[in-house]
Amino acid sequence: MTLTSSNKAAAAADASASAARPASRHRILARRIGEKLVGALIVLFGAATTAFLAQAALPGDRATVILNTRAGQAIQRTPEELAQINEQYGLLNPIVVQYFDYMRALLTGNLGMSYQQYRPVSAIILEQIGPTLVLTLTAIALSWLIMVVWIILTAGRGPRLSSFGAIVDTTTAGLPHYWLAILLLLVFSLSLGWFPVISGSSPAGLLLPALTLAIPLAGFMSQATRTEFEKSLEQPFVLSARMRGMGDLGVRLHHVLRHSVLPAVTLSGWALGATISGAVVVETVFSRAGIGRVLVTAVSSQDLPIVTGVVVLIAALYVVANLLVDVVYVLIDPRLKNS
Amino acid sequence: MTLQQKVPVTPPAARSRKNVVAPWGLGAALAALLFFVAALVAPQVLATHDPYALDLANALQAPSLAHWFGTDESGRDLYSRVVWGTRDSLLIGIGATAVSLTIALILGAIAALAGKYVAGTVNRVIEVLFAFPTLLLALLLVTVIGPSAFSQVFAVGVGTSPGYARMIRGQILSAKNSGYVEAATALGHSRGRILRHHVIPNAIRPLVAVIALSVGQSIVWASSLAFLGLGVAPPSPEWGALLDAGRLYITQAPWLTVIPGLVIVTLAIAATTIGKHIQASLEKGEK
Repeated sequence: MTLTSSNKAAAAADASASAARPASRHRILARRIGEKLVGALIVLFGAATTAFLAQAALPGDRATVILNTRAGQAIQRTPEELAQINEQYGLLNPIVVQYFDYMRALLTGNLGMSYQQYRPVSAIILEQIGPTLVLTLTAIALSWLIMVVWIILTAGRGPRLSSFGAIVDTTTAGLPHYWLAILLLLVFSLSLGWFPVISGSSPAGLLLPALTLAIPLAGFMSQATRTEFEKSLEQPFVLSARMRGMGDLGVRLHHVLRHSVLPAVTLSGWALGATISGAVVVETVFSRAGIGRVLVTAVSSQDLPIVTGVVVLIAALYVVANLLVDVVYVLIDPRLKNS
Repeated sequence: MTLQQKVPVTPPAARSRKNVVAPWGLGAALAALLFFVAALVAPQVLATHDPYALDLANALQAPSLAHWFGTDESGRDLYSRVVWGTRDSLLIGIGATAVSLTIALILGAIAALAGKYVAGTVNRVIEVLFAFPTLLLALLLVTVIGPSAFSQVFAVGVGTSPGYARMIRGQILSAKNSGYVEAATALGHSRGRILRHHVIPNAIRPLVAVIALSVGQSIVWASSLAFLGLGVAPPSPEWGALLDAGRLYITQAPWLTVIPGLVIVTLAIAATTIGKHIQASLEKGEK
């Protein structure tokens, strides 16, 4: 009797607790995700403002700069010519008005007009972003593959192999993209002839550029993963898995790896940004189509709307990727289950 | 018994050594640094040829005993050019580091020490700048101010600053919340005194290691800009300019890009090794 009643009381308490728990848990989750969202929006707003300020800070009279950029000249322009450009770009409006115009246009996906190509920047970016995204996503996938294999093979394998692994991590993480690209190009395209020298946008030409981006990234992620991996190897759950008769590779793959890739996952957002900016160099070396080459050409010809358009877009990608990582992190954080 | 053998137990010696660079590695890094400093101070001693002397009969020669790193399209000796280019390259790296750490110190200190609203705003500014990948922020600045050695220094300095600003903010905050500051507060020391004697020295000390790391990284970023044709223009022997000039001859004379790249990588790794060593010994000192 006492037993059942106390059981009942416990059950009731449990029920009320479980009824209260999801509600408060959801509220906390919603609030944390809301905070992240607001933070991301502020950063996006700041990035767009930075882009506007960069355009406004261009030295010299902007109408003259635009005309000269178009013609590839550096001459004085007649007032009639300037008046037309000033009218078209609204350059005589007060700076605050220009700022609001810029932001309003940005919200509708209008990134402005290229100084040189007479076309909307958004159209130019849309045309070229595809190959770059394919390249960066392939590179990130490849870097995970390289990192996991390398860590499984070298981490926690006695002091000599581990420190060799760590030295390789540090070295590859610091390799400049242009240099790695040239080495791969010389060895695999020019000497061995396995891949085309000019990648264009062919699938066969994808591997070397992707590898160039993947190797330093793999080295960078390995540095973070290796420490965690070696810490996890000393955890009791590893010992218990081994006692159940699990093989070394099984323990590493099923137990240790899962516990040690979290730092690398949180780097994903950063990795996307870093890889896209590496693509600028890699596309140039391998003559691959993409947003990076558009950017380099635009920088050399001072075609500022293209530069700011690309830079804002990549910052936005970075912010969105980071937001996703943060939200996933909040959702899987086990500490919230008890709060 | 078998279990004991299977479980890889890290020996205590290896564990404590984990963060310390292997001694031969540090030796090699210091030797490389010594060479670069010598080339910075007295290039004429190390160089074997005049870095600007044209010798069209010996154009595009592969590395040999006469020309250790080969020759370029005008027959200039690449080794001597690398030696003479050290000064500009190192100065670009040091200049960019100075720009970067100055910005980072100002932003980081305000974000950590100012009142709630100012600190919050500056912290947002750091986050916004951090959203731009280093190379892209540098490219944006180069577009606005035009390519030159100065814009390279400035662009790389600004481009790398957000990461350091975040780091400095974190360091000041952790010093601010540490036990010794609490103790000093309990002893009744003034806020300014605590800042001067405890917070700032402890937040600044780790920067010594960062300076070494940053000079190496800045040279890599600056050379990336130069490689894209946005740095010091050829025929300067600055390393980035060598890369830019060598790109045209990549099929006939790959050494013109591979060797300057190798020199830059060597410097970057040497700087990283030395930086990590300083970091490790500072950490040891704290314990």
